[in-house]
Amino acid sequence: MKRNELSSAERVIAIQSDADIVEARMAARALAAFVGFTEGDLVMIATAVSEVARNIIEYAKPGEVALSVVQNDSRRGLEVVARDQGPGIADISQAMQDGFSTSRSLGLGLPGSRRLMDEFRVQSKIGQGTTVIMRKWLP
Amino acid sequence: MLGERVPSLLLADEFARRHAIMRVPILKQGDFVIASIQSALTDGDLVMLRDDLASHVGRYRSKGVIVDVTVLDVMDSFATRTVRDLAHMVRLRGARTVIVGIQPEVAFAMVQLGLELGNVATALDLEEALDLLRNEKE
Repeated sequence: MKRNELSSAERVIAIQSDADIVEARMAARALAAFVGFTEGDLVMIATAVSEVARNIIEYAKPGEVALSVVQNDSRRGLEVVARDQGPGIADISQAMQDGFSTSRSLGLGLPGSRRLMDEFRVQSKIGQGTTVIMRKWLP
Repeated sequence: MLGERVPSLLLADEFARRHAIMRVPILKQGDFVIASIQSALTDGDLVMLRDDLASHVGRYRSKGVIVDVTVLDVMDSFATRTVRDLAHMVRLRGARTVIVGIQPEVAFAMVQLGLELGNVATALDLEEALDLLRNEKE
């Protein structure tokens, strides 16, 4: 019904395998292009989505990545919410440090994604899962 | 086989993945091999490419490997780590690797993310990469 309204533009991608990571970043790129982001921003958004989706695969699959168009007072933007019901993150501030990893990854996923986006928030409860919410705004 | 109902969504990509078909063509050019990435790759595809190239070097006694990443619009931490590992493996097999065609936007995102290619050689295009490898051979 509200399909053509921007506020309802949303996609949810289930994250279960590495192919879903590609799917999520392509969907994010497409929606961000629709919102009007530049090529540089599209790459940053797609890269950040790739990192948070991979975190789900690495630590807490299955999960999902939800994409939506958001609006504040004057600007439009893209919101990415990555959710899982995995083990949760014991120490979020530690997880946000460059180079910290409990797997054999580079440990740049979360802190790096924060640098690529404008807003970044992590909520996590041990045994209940993790939600990463990030936003990028049009200039 | 004919009686089996083929889901209409079984696309070429998915078909290739299920049947483990190599998604990145690898061309032999004299002493060098060139891997020309054609589309977005999954983590599994990247790992397959890394292993394929390492074995190619042995099979063809290649002295250099060129990986063309021009079409990639994302080089995230996994892709970067895999490329780094690939270069290291190729090096251990007696050859050199040059990464070609990292787009400026991708380079910017990699820097923001804090990713480093280490001492992996890079070039803007294929021509430059071939020059680089030829010079090193001499």
